[in-house]
Amino acid sequence: MEGLAMGGYGAYVWTCFILAAVVFVICEWRARLRLRQVYRDIEVRIKALGDTQ
Amino acid sequence: MWKFIHQLASPPHFYTIASRIVPWFVFAGLLSVGYATYAGLFLAPADYQQGDAFRIIYVHVPSAYLSMVAYMIMAVSAGIGLIWRIKLSHAVAAAAAPLGAWFTFLALATGSIWGKPMWGTWWEWGDPRLTSELIMLFLYFGYMALRGAIDDTVKADKSSAVLALVGAVNVPIIHFSVEWWSSLHQGATLVKKGGPAMDPAMLYPLLAMILGFTFLFGALLLRRVRAEVLFRERRTRWVKELILSGEGPR
Repeated sequence: MEGLAMGGYGAYVWTCFILAAVVFVICEWRARLRLRQVYRDIEVRIKALGDTQ
Repeated sequence: MWKFIHQLASPPHFYTIASRIVPWFVFAGLLSVGYATYAGLFLAPADYQQGDAFRIIYVHVPSAYLSMVAYMIMAVSAGIGLIWRIKLSHAVAAAAAPLGAWFTFLALATGSIWGKPMWGTWWEWGDPRLTSELIMLFLYFGYMALRGAIDDTVKADKSSAVLALVGAVNVPIIHFSVEWWSSLHQGATLVKKGGPAMDPAMLYPLLAMILGFTFLFGALLLRRVRAEVLFRERRTRWVKELILSGEGPR
């Protein structure tokens, strides 16, 4: 527990590390979401074009 | 060399290469960040002045460094796109902006959290380093807002490129602000004459964290550029073939 307390600065230190992890997770999630979204939109468009031809 | 660069600038070629590189970047990034987190939190000794609060630098410094690197990537890519009209450059600039904004936010937030126990305040408006970094966050917001406000991709590319280039003047201001003006923020520790002013036990985890953050940032950037390339090339034959191959987004 002493290690986690970081000499009284634990709340500050751990918040920063957790915040960094959260930012990475959000960035990764948004990047994947965008790629999937674009991919799906193109799929729908190609299908729609195929149906009309 | 020029042939390789020319090939890389081709969207389908870039898309394929980026798909292969991303997993390696993620692997190298996680490995490096994993080691740096353990060494930075548990192996490095506490600072004689700041105590354990100094460990915040292990996330603050890499994020601040990447906030500036992302801006330079955005500005240089936008400039290349504007001058040589390379399609991929604008895609890179557009993809770098949101990431840069996130890392600037992280640098500001962790700096603020560090400032409370060390300076006794969350924020100091008179400090040039803090203010210039905040201006960079607004530049990112402005860049993204401008892009979002213009429907025509070509016009959006050109207008936002000008903004990115004008805003690039802020990057050296951020870097040298601690030397040019009186600042609460400490001076350069890593890049200075005579080498880094840190004990190796503290320095190596920091370098590993910077390396790890850079790899992960690279993976995120490549993923975003791939989406941007796919969107811009959505009416081309190679994208149609890619979608019809049923490979799926990776």
